[in-house]
Order: sequence, then structure tokens, then C-alpha cells
Amino acid sequence: MNVQGFVSTRAFKLGLFILCLFPLARLVVLAVTGGLGANPIEFITRSTGTWTMVGLLLTLSVTPLRRLTGWTALVRHRRMLGLFAFFYASLHFVTYIWLDQFFDLASVARDIVKRPFITVGFAAFVLLIPLALTSTQAMMRRLGRRWQQLHRLVYGIAILGVLHYLWLVKQDLTQPLIYGGVLALLLGARLPRVAGLLQGMAPRVASRSG
Amino acid sequence: MRLLKPNDISPSEITPPEIYRERRRFMQGSIALLGGAALAAAGEPQAATRIAGVRASAYKLDEDKTPYKDVTTYNNFYEFGTGKDDPAANAHTLRTRPWTVRVEGEVKKARTWDIDALMKLAPLEERVYRMRCVEGWSMVIPWVGFPLAELIRRAEPTGNAKYVEFVTLNDPKQMPGVRSRVLDWPYIEGLRMDEAMHPLTLMAVGLYGEVLPKQNGAPIRLVVPWKYGFKSAKSIVKIRFVERQPHTTWMAAAPSEYGFYSNVNPQVDHPRWSQARERRIGEFLKRDTLMFNGYGAQVASLYRGMDLQKYF
Repeated sequence: MNVQGFVSTRAFKLGLFILCLFPLARLVVLAVTGGLGANPIEFITRSTGTWTMVGLLLTLSVTPLRRLTGWTALVRHRRMLGLFAFFYASLHFVTYIWLDQFFDLASVARDIVKRPFITVGFAAFVLLIPLALTSTQAMMRRLGRRWQQLHRLVYGIAILGVLHYLWLVKQDLTQPLIYGGVLALLLGARLPRVAGLLQGMAPRVASRSG
Repeated sequence: MRLLKPNDISPSEITPPEIYRERRRFMQGSIALLGGAALAAAGEPQAATRIAGVRASAYKLDEDKTPYKDVTTYNNFYEFGTGKDDPAANAHTLRTRPWTVRVEGEVKKARTWDIDALMKLAPLEERVYRMRCVEGWSMVIPWVGFPLAELIRRAEPTGNAKYVEFVTLNDPKQMPGVRSRVLDWPYIEGLRMDEAMHPLTLMAVGLYGEVLPKQNGAPIRLVVPWKYGFKSAKSIVKIRFVERQPHTTWMAAAPSEYGFYSNVNPQVDHPRWSQARERRIGEFLKRDTLMFNGYGAQVASLYRGMDLQKYF
């Protein structure tokens, strides 16, 4: 079986699903063993935020990777990656509302209005909701062309996510800049000329690995 | 086990660090059993030495002390990396002997102090202080040290000495973090003369009755409990008395976010986050941040008539 064939198996999908659960499993293990450090709530907030960004970037890497490799079957897993990004974003949001603010909704509202990094983070989360709701096959059919237009929102969401991270760190911008750099590459890969270039490389790569 | 003489342990101490380390070993054992030994690798505190002859003091708090393990594994000390667990993992390369502290500037008696002489300069006492980080978390720490005023008196400042500047060691060989340009090194902090002379202002050489762990700013650091934590410079090598207000490291890094005074103030927010509440390490719910970190009765008079929104 070639790579293309393997990518389209149920085993691959299951493996990917389990891999996506790893960050959550890690948090649970650390929580049970007292490994979350001195400030567990900060640890959980950071971790779920990190994995939301990773999920978004993985989702956005599917199309460039497909063009580069010619493995069209990759697209079948994009929805799952996107939904995992939403799942970790929800955990991140719940951590903030529950563990960090303890349902002090007035304080949450003040934060959203006053703190730019929370404003953009909240906006990114809200914008993810319609994408998650319309991720089903039925919704894709119902929305037709408009589905793709709607789901282009993810580009803006990822940019807001990087801004959220950039504006929150105290001084060391290394981490958010890494995420920003990867995002810039993935968005750049969508420019028509670059996309064409990637596509041009596809057959060679595919035949070598196939 | 050796029996301790009565004055070896201060009366306010409840749980000795041995117990914390015991718990820690137990926890590491449990983690290892679960196959996660690697997870526990970061942040092993050094086996510290007890400081003899530490006196109890009137500076106590009716609040739970933050466990030794948390005090020594959750640190901001950018000279060893910007992650909270970086200092505990990296500070072992710091050499705390020989160590000297140069006292100079607008003083009659400039002098280079050997650390061991400094530790005998005045009786060492235990003081339990709140520590509020500008990031919104706090601890309660039993420091061992002596009032900075004792050192200042011996230096005999001239009339030109209006401020005191503190300089942290800047050695890329011992401090991997200073190879990164995240801040301008060396780390510089400063106090107004009356703040430096205030009886609360402490030169700390230990915590929990033991020699200061390296990640906490060994061998000697400043502790100014009514100001945000970054004002309390660590691993100090120079104390300069100056006429002009020092340009501190965080002021240089982000002048709109960090002012010279940086007094704990729940009414003056950091531009990017609220300072109204804080998470006490070890507690679940946030608690209200107190004006001057709860030391208003002692220090509010220093700032009478000042607009604290302006002089943040």
C-alpha cells in the first residue's frame, strides 16, 4: 500500500484521533500526579491555548501539504483537526471562565472590553463556533459555495490567535513569533503563485514516496 | 538525626523543608511508578544548608506560608531563562562563593564586601513577607536576612545620595539566560533613599531557615515586600548610591508598563491586565490584592501627596 492509501485508512484516522487526545491525556495524568507545578491553573490555561494554536496550524497545513505531496486523502482528516482545535479552544475558554475567573462574569466582560489580548482571543473563539457548527457533511451540502467562503474565516481566526499570544506575553516574544512565523508560511503557501509552485512539485514527490 | 538547638529553628516555622522534600520524594516515586519519571526531572531544589543563629522577628503573618517546593521551583529570574521552571533547572551553574558586593557611589565609605562578612554585618532574622508578582500571583515567604538600612548606615551616604541602585551579576558563563537579548543586562533595580532605609526593606540571604537557593537569587538579594517582585533584585554584585533616579531594566524594556516605583496597587492596572486580584500560589480562588501589598500602615506615608496613577 502506498502512502496515499495508508493515509485514507481507518487505522490512520483512529491513530490521528488518539494522537489529538494526547494533550488532554497529558494534562489529566499531570493533574492526578501533582505534576502541574506551583500554578496549575496557569499551566492548564497555557497548555490548552498552545494546543489550540497547534490544532489551527495543523488544520491550515493540510492544503499546502496536499499540494506538495499530492496526497489528496489528507483532506479527509482536516475536519477532525479543525474540530480538535475547537475542542482545545473550548477547554481554554472554560479554564478562563471557570478556574481563572470563577464565573465572575462582570469581571470577564470587563476583561473582554479592556484587555486587547482577551478581546482578540475571545473574538477568535466566537468566530470558531460557526465553523464547528457547519462542519458536518449536511451543512457543507446545504451551504454549497458559501461554505468555503465561511470557512475562510479560519485564516483570520489564526491571526487573532497569534495576536492573542503576542499581546499576552510579558517580554519574551520567542514563542508567539514562532507560531506567527509558521502561520505566515502556511498563509503564504496559499498565494496563487506559491500554490502553483507547490503543486508543480507534487508528482515528483508523490512518485518518490509512492 | 541530629537534635537541633532551640535557636536553630525559629519559632514561626511550622513545617521544616525536610518534610517538603520527603513529600517531594514520595511524589516523584509515584510519578515514576506511573512511568512518567521524565516529567519530574525539572526543578529539583538543591539540598540547602541551614543558617545558624537566625532570630525570630516581629515580622510574621497570619497567612499560610507557600510551600518550600513552590517557592523554589516557580521563579522569575530571566538570567536563567524566561520560563517559570527555568531558574530551578538552570541556576546550578551559578557560583555563589567567592562572591563580593561592591558598595560605591555617593558614600564616604565605599567598600567591597565579601559575602561571608556581609552575612555577619547584622544579626540575621526571619521575616515572613507577602510577595506579589506583577504578573498577578503571590506567595508568602519566610526570608532570612538583615535590614538594608544596616548596610547603608555603614556606607555613610553623602548628601548627594538620593537613590540606591542594585546591580545583578551578569555572567553568560554562569547565566545561560543573559545570552538572550530579552532584557538589557545587567539587571538593574533601584529605590529612593527613604524606601531603601525603610525598616521593611530586607537584604535576604536565606529562606525557610536555609541558605538562599540559587534560583531565588543567591547568595544575596533584595526584598521589598510592598513592591512588585521584580523590584527585588537577585544575586546582587553592586550597590551604588546615586543622585539621579536609576533607569531600571524593566523601565527600559517597557516604559509604559513598568514604572520606577512599582508599588503594589490594586487600583492601577498593568496596561494589559488587571492588578485588582491575585492568585496566591496553592489557592484555588483569587484573592483581592491589597494596597501596598498589605503594608500600607508602614509605607503609605512615603508616598503622601504623590499621584500614584502617574508615579506607578
